[in-house]
Amino acid sequence: MSQARTIAELSCPTPLPARDRVLLGHGSGGTLSAELLRDVFLPALGNPVLTQLNDQAVVSVGGVRLAFTTDSFVVKPLFFPGGNIGSLAVHGTVNDLAVGGATPLFLSAAFIIEEGFSMDELRRVVNSMQSAAAAAGVQVVTGDTKVVERGKGDGLFINTTGIGIVPDGLELSADHARPGDKVLLSGGIGEHGIAILAQREGLEFETTIQSDSAALHTLVAAMLKATSAIRCMRDPTRGGLSSTLNEIAAQSRVGIAVDESAIPVREEVRGACELLGLDPMYVANEGKLVAIVEPSSADAVLNAMRNHPLGQHAQIIGTVNRENRGLVTMRTTLGTTRIVDMLAGDQLPRIC
Amino acid sequence: MKYIDEYRDQRIARALAAEIASRTTRPWVLMEICGGQTHTIMRYGLDELLPPSLELVHGPGCPVCVTPLETIDKAITLASRSDVILVSYGDMLRVPGSHSDLFRVKAEGGDVRVAYSPTEAVKIARQHPQRKVVFLAIGFETTAPANAMAAWQAKKEGLQNFSMLVSHVLVPPAIRALMVSPENRVQGFIAPGHVCTVMGCEEYESLVRDFRVPIVVGGFEPVDLLESVLMLVRQLEAGAAKLENQYGRSVSYQGNRPAQQIMQEVFEVADQKWRGIGNIPRSGLRLRDEYAAYDANRVFALADVSVEEPAECISAQVLQGLKKPPECPMFGMRCTPENPMGAPMVSSEGACAAYYRYRRHTVAS
Repeated sequence: MSQARTIAELSCPTPLPARDRVLLGHGSGGTLSAELLRDVFLPALGNPVLTQLNDQAVVSVGGVRLAFTTDSFVVKPLFFPGGNIGSLAVHGTVNDLAVGGATPLFLSAAFIIEEGFSMDELRRVVNSMQSAAAAAGVQVVTGDTKVVERGKGDGLFINTTGIGIVPDGLELSADHARPGDKVLLSGGIGEHGIAILAQREGLEFETTIQSDSAALHTLVAAMLKATSAIRCMRDPTRGGLSSTLNEIAAQSRVGIAVDESAIPVREEVRGACELLGLDPMYVANEGKLVAIVEPSSADAVLNAMRNHPLGQHAQIIGTVNRENRGLVTMRTTLGTTRIVDMLAGDQLPRIC
Repeated sequence: MKYIDEYRDQRIARALAAEIASRTTRPWVLMEICGGQTHTIMRYGLDELLPPSLELVHGPGCPVCVTPLETIDKAITLASRSDVILVSYGDMLRVPGSHSDLFRVKAEGGDVRVAYSPTEAVKIARQHPQRKVVFLAIGFETTAPANAMAAWQAKKEGLQNFSMLVSHVLVPPAIRALMVSPENRVQGFIAPGHVCTVMGCEEYESLVRDFRVPIVVGGFEPVDLLESVLMLVRQLEAGAAKLENQYGRSVSYQGNRPAQQIMQEVFEVADQKWRGIGNIPRSGLRLRDEYAAYDANRVFALADVSVEEPAECISAQVLQGLKKPPECPMFGMRCTPENPMGAPMVSSEGACAAYYRYRRHTVAS
């Protein structure tokens, strides 16, 4: 009986005080990141352009619509299958411009280098930036270098800022999704995140998983050529597809219902995720985009995507609805429905 | 993907659900022990496929959830020391202790590292002979062999700077404790397949015998769980109480003998406190005296503190299958994965987190 008594004794954790320090999760692209924006950045810096929270700002200067964006790259390892921090720094910023419908033109590049960093590796990174920029038709026109003491950096951090031009009349924004719209995805998810993780953790699989790091502006151009009925585009980077869909659902005040069986995931990525206890919906991409398209034009956009090398595996993965506003739901492979939530911080590997 | 897709097949799952429905004539309460199984049930909405008279309640098998507050506090104390590298499974970092969590300690300068395998902690100890490396060795029987292996390896190499903060729990004593509780409602158990992969099925025989309760060792995919439910329903409707193994592709009756041997070499059975539940006699593992040099409690002379926890959340009832997470007034309001009030909201295997993550649209409506 003593056992029966002890089991009824309740014990329970104490709530923690409010956050007084920045945690790694604040940089994960999940709800902690959103909290940081809401509580710290927007109250101080908010203005009508910033508050739109798009991947790029679009501002008018002398009658020209400029798209403007910036991104910092702190990836580890610096070199990974399918790219390195240099090519990634170009692709990431080019893509943030491209998904706003902009033609990317110029980049800046700022380097924060740790004392003692290998000159050879720096050259490889910079050369790879140059190749990526040339392939994307952009030029790095300004830059900056800072060197920090050994131990005060992590080898190499890069920031790139980009500008491009948005054609008149084109208005893509994450708050434009409407009930009935279709949700299109350009290809398999999770490849960049798993490539990085496998390299970092020394995990070996039968085939090497390559990062999908790529510049998406030509794919975007092909899609925009096919129709003017695209409401919004996003590239689902950190936080994965689920975070991007949740952001669109929240900003457009709509529900999004996706079909699990329609979401492409490469076998290797699925296998690695099964092994590591991760959900590919939350794993980072660097060469994929999500488009919200008016229903009547969805097939035309899908065809345009599939005719482009970076959109061969594109799929219509879901529909925007009125129900469950602000939530993303998924029809599972069993035909049941569940929520696809935004994660609080980074996805944590499960124990068993 | 072979060996995965078959177990997520809609036709097979629906056929099993139909058979369960046709065989169920009375209400039954079934408990899946493992948090991984709870996760699958919620993720795939399996309870939506079952007849309303079948109730699935969720068991205490979330290792992160049941690790006592004292252990978390000790880990936080150690991680705050400048001479220590604390290595942990990732899931543990966000679990709230009395005043902090390991993520916060890390942000404050503590050297906290995430490992997939305990042998990585041994490797870190080898690489940093001037630092003291502590591995937070938690979990059920599933992680025990690998954790034991780390201590065994460290001893073999004569590593002076490696130790483990051990908080291991065992499934059969927990089932026994649930069954003797006067509040128990559970009439059949789905035993945890991964635990049984290590331990085998044999130790569940006495539970079946003593309590006349059917137990089916089940896997973790949707079809595994539906088949396990069907096997339990068949037994219950026939008035039978047997031990059956649904997860035969992984679990043998004997279990994994070498894994059991390394566990026995390094650990011994001891009384253990379960967070949210309390003390359960002989329900945990501790390092044997031969491994005292690798016991962080002894190495750092950690006092056996007892932390009082206020009865704010209902995790105790949730972990015993007495209540469902949405019955908690704080669920989804004051208690969310961003601001967890209790451990079951932290781990992806915790029942509260599973409900929040996959189900709050139905809860709200």
